[in-house]
Amino acid sequence: MPPQPPEPMRLPNRIPGRESALAAVIVVMVAALGLRWPQFATLSSLRDVLDDTAILILLALGQMLVIVTRCIDLSVAANVALSGMIVAQLEQSHPSLPILVLMIFGMLAGSVFGAVNGLLVWLVRVPSIVATLGTMAMFRGIVYLISAGRWINSDQLSPQFQQEIRDTWLGLSMLSWLAIAGVALIALLLRYTNAGRRLYLAGGNPAAAAYVGVQVGRSQFNAFVLCGMLAGLCGYLWVARFAVAYTDIASGFELQVIAACVIGGVSIRGGSGTVAGVLLGCVFLGIVRNALPLVGISPFWQMAVNGLVIVGAAMLNEQASAEQPRRILEPDAK
Amino acid sequence: MNRIHHIAMRALRWESILGAAILVVLIVNTLTSPYFLNAQTLADATFNFTEKGLVALPMALLMIAGDIDISVAAIMALCSIAMGYGALAGWPPSALVMASLAVGIGCGACNGWLVTVCRVPALVATIGTMSLFRGIAYGVLGDQALKNYPRGFEFFGQGYVAGLFSLELVLLIVAALLSATLLHQTVIGRRIYAIGANNVAARMSGIAVNGYRFWLFAATGAASGLASVLLTSRLSSTRPTLAAGWELEIITIVILGGVSVNGGRGTIPGVMLAAILLGLLTFGLGMHNIPGIVMSMIIGILLITIVAIPNLTSRLAAFRDSTIDRS
Repeated sequence: MPPQPPEPMRLPNRIPGRESALAAVIVVMVAALGLRWPQFATLSSLRDVLDDTAILILLALGQMLVIVTRCIDLSVAANVALSGMIVAQLEQSHPSLPILVLMIFGMLAGSVFGAVNGLLVWLVRVPSIVATLGTMAMFRGIVYLISAGRWINSDQLSPQFQQEIRDTWLGLSMLSWLAIAGVALIALLLRYTNAGRRLYLAGGNPAAAAYVGVQVGRSQFNAFVLCGMLAGLCGYLWVARFAVAYTDIASGFELQVIAACVIGGVSIRGGSGTVAGVLLGCVFLGIVRNALPLVGISPFWQMAVNGLVIVGAAMLNEQASAEQPRRILEPDAK
Repeated sequence: MNRIHHIAMRALRWESILGAAILVVLIVNTLTSPYFLNAQTLADATFNFTEKGLVALPMALLMIAGDIDISVAAIMALCSIAMGYGALAGWPPSALVMASLAVGIGCGACNGWLVTVCRVPALVATIGTMSLFRGIAYGVLGDQALKNYPRGFEFFGQGYVAGLFSLELVLLIVAALLSATLLHQTVIGRRIYAIGANNVAARMSGIAVNGYRFWLFAATGAASGLASVLLTSRLSSTRPTLAAGWELEIITIVILGGVSVNGGRGTIPGVMLAAILLGLLTFGLGMHNIPGIVMSMIIGILLITIVAIPNLTSRLAAFRDSTIDRS
């Protein structure tokens, strides 16, 4: 154990009320919707919400790791499109490959793209917003170039490729199980491994991290690679679930991913955020998305609702952190 | 004194690099296409950067002050929607322009309020409002388009003031002169640099930091409203996808122009040269039928390279120094 720093760090579980408040909001929302539309609060409907939210959960977990280290990854959705296209092309040319191999291949591809972001941030010191804004455009461009702008449709993908994630086990789809496994693994990583604790340290107080021998850039790199790996996995999942791969899949989805993190209480200033919060943030967005058509609001309004929720949650986050003592000379994070 | 001299030399050097790059692009465009080098084509080419340049100017001031606004393109879409519905209601062109500017300033003020009063980091605040503004545009218009613009409205985006100088180009030149004077010749400009370099020190030396930040956001919104008038008038139609992805290009122009993402550094001449360079480059690519997505890929690579090169060279220099120290 390294000696305790003189000033206690802002650790993620300082605000225990936050997750429970969000959970309460979700329960109230489901209950209210269930009273008016009883078919919404049924088990099978909620199972569909989980299935529908699984990809968002996996991506938001990766994004959280990056945001915890004071960075941001705007290229996740583009990474999903690129990894998804690569997996789809591999499937097309080698239909006999087992799904597990394709999945691992997608994760490897995604990690490589994540590593590009990570190296730019770590070794080249490009601010993460600039680096990932650039790679976002690059990844999409590469999808267009390798696919020559063509679509890969469901009839060009093997039925097994599309079916695997829909198979159910104990009542839940494989897609849902993957999200649950992701949640468990990331939670364990963050709580019980040194690499995971270092992410919080690197983001919470980079100067202190450097003093105790933690390489901040290296932690940021690790976060980007993990985020990319999850995006690569989601590339396969997205193509399999929606049975199509083309340049614009998941276009703009990075906003929902960031929204889920902000709603879940991950601070953009780094150093705080919990798996439980992110999971609840995703479920919240998933319920809103599935409830909108029920309430009779056009799906065209989905984006505006997301924006409103991001802004609202960010304002609440700032109020919560303003109550904590701040060092006078701490400059505002950008 | 030495340091100021050093910075001045460095800025000068950066702007000369941009100027040289513009020359190279001009030469390559001329050599690869027989249609490029004539007055009418060049006048057409200016439309490739006038609207983006107009937004890039206040964005440069905003980024020099250490903030950023990702929502500019979404604000443009929302302004265009306002004009589209105004046109449906039979408003004259002048009222449409007023409506667009009002919506733009409103959106910018909303960003400024979130950042200064609610203390939300600019990045999160404007990612949220980008989704909100663009989302309202989608929600209101869906997959429809508005096209019933009154006669005379087309002048803003298609009219020429004198010879080959379009109204758009004249507006951009005026805006650039105003911004350059404001940033480089007035106290306000010096304070903007001070805020970006160290906002705590700026606050403690009596600068109303949050006031400046708020008005810079409002100005960026106003410029987005003006750019939306020009673009909507040029296209004569409004769709929710208007100016999609422009935030990437506008921010690239500002960073390419030598403005530091961390604030405190950058010049208006640099930003203008970057706007011209990017405009001519994409115009040249367009002449060769390069699809838009490949163009944004090239812009993305350009953006990263521009930021990476000085970092890499300074790191290499530091590495060399450290090895010399050790030996």
